[in-house]
Amino acid sequence: MLKKRLIAVLILRDGQVVQSVRFKHTNVIHYDAVHAMETFNKWAVDEIVILNVSRDVASREKFAKVIERISCHCFVPLTAGGWITNDAYAQKLLLSGADKLVVNTALADDKQLVCRLALRYGRQCIVASMDMKRDSSGHTKIAVDRGSRLIDVRPEAWACMAVELGAGEILFNSVDHDGARKGYDLESLKKVCEAVTVPVIAFGGVFTWSHLVEGIKAGASAVAVANLFHYTEQSTRKAKTYLADSGVFVRKQGQCLAPMKAK
Amino acid sequence: MVSQNIAIVDYGMGNLRSVQNAIEHLGGKPVIVANPLELTAYGKIILPGVGAFGQAIGCLHRTGLDVALNQCREAGAHILGICLGMQLMCSFSEEDGIHEGLNWFAAQVTRFLPDLGLSIPHMGWNSVDFISEDPILAGLTSGSDAYFVHSYYVHCEDPTDVLASTEYGLRFSSMVRCGNVLGVQFHPEKSQEFGLGIIRNYLEMPC
Repeated sequence: MLKKRLIAVLILRDGQVVQSVRFKHTNVIHYDAVHAMETFNKWAVDEIVILNVSRDVASREKFAKVIERISCHCFVPLTAGGWITNDAYAQKLLLSGADKLVVNTALADDKQLVCRLALRYGRQCIVASMDMKRDSSGHTKIAVDRGSRLIDVRPEAWACMAVELGAGEILFNSVDHDGARKGYDLESLKKVCEAVTVPVIAFGGVFTWSHLVEGIKAGASAVAVANLFHYTEQSTRKAKTYLADSGVFVRKQGQCLAPMKAK
Repeated sequence: MVSQNIAIVDYGMGNLRSVQNAIEHLGGKPVIVANPLELTAYGKIILPGVGAFGQAIGCLHRTGLDVALNQCREAGAHILGICLGMQLMCSFSEEDGIHEGLNWFAAQVTRFLPDLGLSIPHMGWNSVDFISEDPILAGLTSGSDAYFVHSYYVHCEDPTDVLASTEYGLRFSSMVRCGNVLGVQFHPEKSQEFGLGIIRNYLEMPC
């Protein structure tokens, strides 16, 4: 049986792992991304997503170097993104050892790039990242360019467009929920999960393990965590145990943990 | 004793670095080989691959790597196909028309049916259930999870070729072996200790 995935997200600014709160990144967590990755690799995490959130386009080269160093130690799928604005840089990240590419702003500004990447590397290689943000009247919009620009479109319509362009997976996040410790934006998450047949990764806002179960119940194929994993010892293992105890089929160290309670 | 004599076939498809990283992590010294004339010097050959079947088999023909691979196989080299690499070893694939493969396994490559209500590609961690005993499975546990990404699956005509199977809407061959040729549908280089265990067993096979 196909398992639900637990994904660790590393948010990088200028090569350093940072904490993210509503897309602001002030608190440096690990000096070195490789150290953070090695910790996750030893534990039961199923996949690693690494995002370059630097506002400076010049950060690209350094980020590719980090991917190269990380991939030598990474024996789960590695997904990388941030500043993929052209074919050459996408290829550079793949050659540096990334297995999948995250696109976000390109979904708004350069749709042809997304199409080309999907054709060249296959849909399974393209992860469409989409960030929800509520405007002052509480209306949910899509935010691009590191959360700075709002587009007035329904989340489910944006997700369908991403899949049409060639995305094989959706990374769902919310600027309002990021670092807010109140769980995923379940309302929009549900709509997106219902609208597409590709796997959806829920991200943004996890503070307790029960938030992970909420994400799965909303229809996500994978649940992602960033900040919380850095502050809890053995955190990925604890998260897996909680999911299994809640009736979610997960992989634990090469074995399927049988759910203990009925779903 | 880990074999040092390992070639990773470079035919322009897929992520070679992940496979290379995994072998190096286990103490092997892999060499990326694109020249068919060089390939015959290796006792262990890994055929990786991500992408479309037709394009991949076309690349093998154009470069002459298919002829070299056949020579290596007849000479007794241990050849390991990963993901698309395993599918290329089959008789034919139905991916975007009918394409002939290397025909090392009497097997066909078929698309997962969308009417099973499952999302395609089959992507994520799924159980690998052992069917027969084999040195490649030594010390590993049946039912362990491995990382899969594929839209087409292998169906073997000869059940004795099947080492392990996996369920996704239907049961398909996730590991196959015929003599010195091995195929795995999942990505062992991305399947943590279970996948690395398979690569280690492969590296330890006597040449």
